[in-house]
Amino acid sequence: MNRFSLKFLPYGLFMILFTLIPFLMIIWFSFTNESCGLTFENILKIGNYWGVIARSLAFALAATIICLVISYPFACFITKFSKLTQKLLIILIMLPMWTNLLLRTYAWMTILEKNGLINNFLKTLGLPQLRMINTPGAVILGMVYDFLPFMIIPIYTTISKIDKNLIEAGNDLGANSLQTFRRIILPLSVPGIVSGVSMVFVPATSTFIISQMLGGGSNALVGDLIESQFMGSTYNPWLGSALSFVLMIIIALIMAITRKFDKTETEALLN
Amino acid sequence: MKNKCLFRICVTMVLIFLYLPIFVVIIFAFNKIKSRTLFTGFTLNWFIELFKDKVIVSSLFNSFILATLASIIATVIGTLAALQIVKMKRKSQSVVMNLNYIPIVNSDVVMGISLMLLMIFILNVVGGSLGFLTVLITHITICMPYVVLTVLPKVRQVDPNMLDAALDLGCTPSKAFIKIIFPQITSGVISALVMAFSISFDDFAVSYFTAGSSFQTLPVLIYSMARKRITPKINALFAILLVLILIMLIFMNFLDIRSKKIKIKK
Repeated sequence: MNRFSLKFLPYGLFMILFTLIPFLMIIWFSFTNESCGLTFENILKIGNYWGVIARSLAFALAATIICLVISYPFACFITKFSKLTQKLLIILIMLPMWTNLLLRTYAWMTILEKNGLINNFLKTLGLPQLRMINTPGAVILGMVYDFLPFMIIPIYTTISKIDKNLIEAGNDLGANSLQTFRRIILPLSVPGIVSGVSMVFVPATSTFIISQMLGGGSNALVGDLIESQFMGSTYNPWLGSALSFVLMIIIALIMAITRKFDKTETEALLN
Repeated sequence: MKNKCLFRICVTMVLIFLYLPIFVVIIFAFNKIKSRTLFTGFTLNWFIELFKDKVIVSSLFNSFILATLASIIATVIGTLAALQIVKMKRKSQSVVMNLNYIPIVNSDVVMGISLMLLMIFILNVVGGSLGFLTVLITHITICMPYVVLTVLPKVRQVDPNMLDAALDLGCTPSKAFIKIIFPQITSGVISALVMAFSISFDDFAVSYFTAGSSFQTLPVLIYSMARKRITPKINALFAILLVLILIMLIFMNFLDIRSKKIKIKK
């Protein structure tokens, strides 16, 4: 028995020291001030930033919905190809995921910028130039672009695992393609949708790279706010921790909601 | 038939959207002048210049060493833990797995700042400054949970009777592990290793907060460059890395297909 717990020891130590304790430290910092006294000041201060938090949630929600709208039909279409083509397409979708996020976002900067590729192109055609960078649209575009594969892959995985016999049985029993989709494919792909939604929404809410590169100063998100409390000129880890604490609660809520949704759907299916 | 055509168009459009920016980055790696929007002529100069640039080469080296060490250590620790987790009681198993999800679910900004708070606190006690060691520890921390999640399903598939049989037949526990368990979980361990490497190599947020100023990884360098202007040397580096990743992905899929074929043959 002793031998076995030795296997778990390094992992257990790492998890307690570097995951659990930092987690508790954020909570501790949220409720204390510089002289280590207990205070609600930091939490109350967050009221001043609710606009930024609301903006982060709104942008992330918009990006998630756009990702879902693109990914679902796309994932359905992929399953219609031959097995080899499917494999190739999945590699093609995963490839951007493995490349550096900063450089991919930077590429959009060069495309959207004032003297960027699109505006240069419009200029040669003699069309008026567009203002694209430093707008909410640019930030949402960056989120959709960076996180789209995280939506496609889980949805594709669940759809491709659906038993073909179920669809055939539905067809034999007289269901048309719309009914088959609504009664068989959609309910069975809910787990994929749920994990896709959380895999897009969570990083989109907390990003600070995308908003800094594509949003300019006027579209700061909660991630930017946290970053500036630690790395910027206004060093305030107490407020930064309080903001992170709020962000963690938001993420935990999202996870709870998506999990619940997932469960009720599968239960409904079993009944 | 008409449908098939529509599918093709939709799939192509999404792929164009995904690859347009990557294409732009690569095109400008071959640009004669430094501009990032005007293409004047073809050159391979930036690929040569890239390896002459000490800052880029050293941060690439840093990232490579860091990712190699972090992924190997995380894979060893995570695999050992996974072997033990399957033997736990249901209740302790669910506690461990819930804790395991914290770094995965949590946003990288929050992971970064929470580890930064801890590291600064520790360094205040023992002395020293943020640097290679602190980033290494944080990278192991963020990679380990993925390793556990990847290896655990493979460990679950291992039949415990086989291990007992080996032990009954006089195998030492360590030999039994090498001969019986390890071959059955190898594919999981390898994909965990690759995943951990890429998480560490691409990580920006956690390194940004815990690396301090003495140790610069490639993503941190790119971030500091992006605030001013990124040189085409970075574009050239991106092109090289992309080709390497593509080769690796194809190779991994090939391995995957081969192992499946072997399974079917058996």
